[in-house]
Amino acid sequence: MSAPAPGPATARLPHPDHSRPDHGHPDRPHPDHPHPDHSHPDHSRPDHGHRADQADALVLDGVRAVRGGRTVWAEGTLRVPAGAIVGVIGPNGAGKTTLFQLVLGLLPPAEGWIEVLGGPPRRGDRRIGYVPQNYRSALSDAIRARDLVTLGLTGTRFGLRRTSAADRKRVDDALRRVGATAFADERMSRLSGGQQQRVAIAQAIVDDAELLLLDEPLANLDLRHQQEVVALLGELRRERRVTIMVVAHDLNPLLPVLTDAVYLLDGHPHHDPIDAVVNEQLLTHLYGTRVRVVRTPQGDLFTRGG
Amino acid sequence: MTPTAVLAAPRVEFQSNWLQVLQTGFMQHAFLGGTLVAVAAGLMGWFVVTRQNAFAAHALAHIGFPGATGAILLGLPVTLGLAVFCVGGGLLIGLFGSRGAEREVATGTVLAAATGLGVLFASLAAANASATTNVLFGNLLAVSTGQLAVFGAFTAVVVLALAVLARPLVFASVDPAVAEARGVPVRALGVAFVVLLALTITMAVQVVGTLLLFALVVTPAAAALRLTARPAVVAVLSVAFALASVWLGLVAAAVIDLPPSFFIVGLATLIWAVSLAVTRERYRAGRPGDHPAAAPLPLVPAGTS
Repeated sequence: MSAPAPGPATARLPHPDHSRPDHGHPDRPHPDHPHPDHSHPDHSRPDHGHRADQADALVLDGVRAVRGGRTVWAEGTLRVPAGAIVGVIGPNGAGKTTLFQLVLGLLPPAEGWIEVLGGPPRRGDRRIGYVPQNYRSALSDAIRARDLVTLGLTGTRFGLRRTSAADRKRVDDALRRVGATAFADERMSRLSGGQQQRVAIAQAIVDDAELLLLDEPLANLDLRHQQEVVALLGELRRERRVTIMVVAHDLNPLLPVLTDAVYLLDGHPHHDPIDAVVNEQLLTHLYGTRVRVVRTPQGDLFTRGG
Repeated sequence: MTPTAVLAAPRVEFQSNWLQVLQTGFMQHAFLGGTLVAVAAGLMGWFVVTRQNAFAAHALAHIGFPGATGAILLGLPVTLGLAVFCVGGGLLIGLFGSRGAEREVATGTVLAAATGLGVLFASLAAANASATTNVLFGNLLAVSTGQLAVFGAFTAVVVLALAVLARPLVFASVDPAVAEARGVPVRALGVAFVVLLALTITMAVQVVGTLLLFALVVTPAAAALRLTARPAVVAVLSVAFALASVWLGLVAAAVIDLPPSFFIVGLATLIWAVSLAVTRERYRAGRPGDHPAAAPLPLVPAGTS
């Protein structure tokens, strides 16, 4: 591994939650933390140059992302622990999708070092499941939900071969897992937004991905469908110990399952446990408009504008 | 009935000797050539529709027009001129990238420029006006042995290439962003597809002509897609519809002395209209599985209560 010389590890990480990603209430990351850990109000970057170990799904060290000759963000240094559900947040154009492109190996970093699941990013890494933004608008009338999920397994194979019984079973399992069996044989264009999103997630997990990248999976979904997708993410993480990164504009629907957040602030990506991010000062700075954080009597966190 | 007689015939006329007409050499050439074209066009149609390339297909046929008239002008084989311009035009359109609106404008502009060039070449080669008409409207009855050999080679290339590329090409067509992330060479497949499309259009233009090409390359696949979305069934139906249009069109042209292009396009359109009619109810109906029974997931994330 040609990683840069590891810098001194600080005592900052791992967060208690990260050392035991599968603790008793995976859908509620910090039920016993009524007072979030605000001991790092300066939001200084976590471990510099920390070598990746088994516990890290994603490591960035001094990464600068350049697209079309423009620096989208720079000095990206962070570690995302395996088994986390990470909200990727930031204002429009901050480079959330760009981060995914780097992780997918579609865009090389202009500077710095990236490690995904213990190795450099590689296009076509079968351990990564990806659901792009605006997934629905890209779909034509021509494909059934089942066939789309099957492509997640066989879509890279050249030559004509029948889909094997084992592959068909994996497709059935993935469809069942996301609750899409009832409409598996329908055309994608005829499904509702929530149904399409579930099929897309089935395609992302059909090859037993270890890292799921979901770009705005809740966009254009009504409240009920948002909650269904969020619940599904919590269940997937619990069952498969998969790491999930979710780009989202609105944190609220995801707060019940998020363990961490990567936030793009002032041209730099940062990583923190979710409780450190759900912070009025930080969110207000992040979105450039006043954001308040409210905790309900049941202990649920909400953010709201104004 | 001869190739030129078809175009010259001013009135509708029943031919009592149509069985003999069907057995003539040029008819047998027409059946063989039409079959080859229908197989290639039927298979390519699914991708043309799914990749939303119908306009590009239409444009490629027009881009082939100056190639064909230029070849006539220079005394070269029409197929050669068509093939060179279609493949070249296809690569050019591919270079414009995938940006929807930009590509449409660029494609349309190239289309118009090519058609203008075609008109110039056609008028320079005025001595051979019927050949120009054949390019615009097609004349399956004029297919020569040499053209048949070319058709056979092109169809073989298209079928074999599609067999090899099938899955990645489907992936790249319906889900390009994920396909690219999964390591499918999306851009290279796009170029390969456009070349295959150009070969198919080179053949199809000689059957139904530049102006009627849509009927063979797009319409049968569109009709099949209305009826089913099962990939293998779509492929079979699409080829079957294209074959039925060509075969029945040729028989009709033998029975009634009118250009086969008219019958082929008419039949393809009829099949498409019927497919629209029989699936009307299904398309109007609400979304399947929108009822609660199809949503077995809990409504509230675990742990929020």
